[in-house]
Amino acid sequence: MLEQWVFIGLLLPIGLLLPAVAIVLNWILGPKKPNPLKGSTYECGIETVGETWIQFRAQYYIFALVFVIFDVEAVFLFPWAVAYDNLPLYMVLEGILFILILAAGLVYAWRKGALEWV
Amino acid sequence: MSDPFGQIGQFFLNLLTGLGVEAGLASFLLKVAGAAALATGCLFSTFFLIWAERKLLARLQDRLGPNRTGPFGMLQTIADFAKLVTKELIFPSGVDRPVFLLAPLLVVMSVVGIWAVVPFAPRFIASDVNVGVLYVVSVGSIGTLGIMLAGWSSNNKYALLGAFRTVAQLVSYEVPMVLVMLVPVMLSGSMGMVAIVEQQRSMWFVVLAPIAFILFYITSLAENGRAPFDLMEAESEIATGYNVEYSGLMFGMFFVAEFLHAFTIGALATTLFLGGWLGPGVDRYPLLGLVYFLGKSAVIWWSIIWVRMSLPRIRIDQMLALNWKFLTPLALGVVVVTAVADKVGPAGTLGRTAVQLVGNGVVLAFTLLALRAYAARLRNRPTLATPPAASTSLGAPAQ
Repeated sequence: MLEQWVFIGLLLPIGLLLPAVAIVLNWILGPKKPNPLKGSTYECGIETVGETWIQFRAQYYIFALVFVIFDVEAVFLFPWAVAYDNLPLYMVLEGILFILILAAGLVYAWRKGALEWV
Repeated sequence: MSDPFGQIGQFFLNLLTGLGVEAGLASFLLKVAGAAALATGCLFSTFFLIWAERKLLARLQDRLGPNRTGPFGMLQTIADFAKLVTKELIFPSGVDRPVFLLAPLLVVMSVVGIWAVVPFAPRFIASDVNVGVLYVVSVGSIGTLGIMLAGWSSNNKYALLGAFRTVAQLVSYEVPMVLVMLVPVMLSGSMGMVAIVEQQRSMWFVVLAPIAFILFYITSLAENGRAPFDLMEAESEIATGYNVEYSGLMFGMFFVAEFLHAFTIGALATTLFLGGWLGPGVDRYPLLGLVYFLGKSAVIWWSIIWVRMSLPRIRIDQMLALNWKFLTPLALGVVVVTAVADKVGPAGTLGRTAVQLVGNGVVLAFTLLALRAYAARLRNRPTLATPPAASTSLGAPAQ
C-alpha cells in the first residue's frame, strides 16, 4: 500500500519542478531590463489608486463558509459510500438521514439569504 | 501480449538488476523514472492539445486556425513556446515575489498530480491508491489555491477580483462535484480507480446514473474555468483576472494547466462513468484499452470545447444561484435516490439498471416540476416599471 504513495510522493515534486525548470529557462533566455514604468501595476493606464490588499465583500466569505460545512460533511459520506454494499438497509437509511440534515442546512442557509448575491 | 504494460515494467526492472542494482533500489529508480515520464508526458501532450483545441475552435467559428507552421500548423504551439520562453519575466514592483512565483507551479502540479491515479489500460496505472476519488478531489483543489495565490500576490485590483471570483466559483462547484462522485463510489463499493472501472464491466455507470454524470460534467466545466463559467478570467470585465500581471512562461504555465485540465476532465469522466478502458476485446489485447480510454476521453474533451464555443458567459449571481439552488440540491437528491434504489432494488445487472433508471426518472420529473414552478414565478415577477416588491433570485447584476 505504501508502495503506491511513493509514486505520488515523487510525482508531485516533479510536477512542481518541471514548470520551475521551464521558468528558469525563460529567466536565462529572456531579456532582463526592468524599469519603473514596466514594473507599475497594469490596470487602466493610470496610476493605481489605494491599497489592493483590503478586506473586500463579506459575500465571498459567506460562500466559502457554506462550502467548508458542505465539503467536510461530504468527506464523512465517502466511508459510508465505500461500505455501502455491506450495509444493511437501516444503516443506509441512517446515511440518508445524515444527507437530509445536510439538506436542512442548505435550506436554512437559503432561507437566511446567505445564498443571495447582493 | 496478454500483459504488455506489466512486461515493460518487468523488462526495465530486469535491466536494472542485471546491471547490479539492488532490487529495492531498482524498483524505486523505476518509480522515479515513471513519475518523470508521466509528468513530462502530460506537459508535452499539451503541445498537441493546445494545437488541436485551437484548430477545433477555428472550425467551429468557420475559420482555418493555425496553418502556417508545419503540416496543418501543428508546430504552432512550439512556436508559441519559443516566443514565450524568450520573453522578459516581469515582476511588477508591488508583487509578493515568493507567492507570485509559486502560484503557476502549484497550478501545474495539481493537474499533473491527478494523472497519478488515472487508469489508462488494464495494469497500466501509475498508482492505484485505495482512496483514488478523494485523492483526485484533494489534489484538484490545490489548483484553486494556486489561482487564489496568483490573484492575491499580484497586487492588482483586477487580479484580486479574479481571485475572489475563483473563491466563489471553484469552491462552490466543488460541493456538487464531490457529492456526485459519491455515486460511482457507492455503485462500485470502492474509491480505487481500477476497482471503479472493473465494476463497470456489467454496465457503465453513465447508464445507471445519467443525472450524476451530467452533474459531474457541468461541475467539472466550472472547475476548469472555461466558458460559460469563465468569470474568474473574464477578459471583457476584469482583463483576464488572476493572471493579468504574469508574463512569459509564468503566464504560459496557467494555460498549460488549463488546457491539460480540459483533457483531464475527459479522463476522469471516462473512468468514473464511461467504463474507463473497457470495451470489446480488451481482455485479449490490453493495448486496445488504451485506445478506448483515450477515445472516450477525447469525445468528452471535444464536447467541452464545443460547449465553450457555444455558450456565453453567465453572471456571477446566476453562477452562484445555479450551483447552490439547483446543482447542490439535485446532487443531494441523486445520492439519496441512488442509495435507496440500489438497496431495495433486485440484484443482477438488468434489475439494478431498471431500478436506477426509474429512480433517475423520478429525480428528473421533480427537477422539471421545480424548474417549471421557477419559470412561472419569473414570468409573474414585477416588471421594471413597477418597483420590485419581493426580490427574486435574479437580482441586480453586482460585482
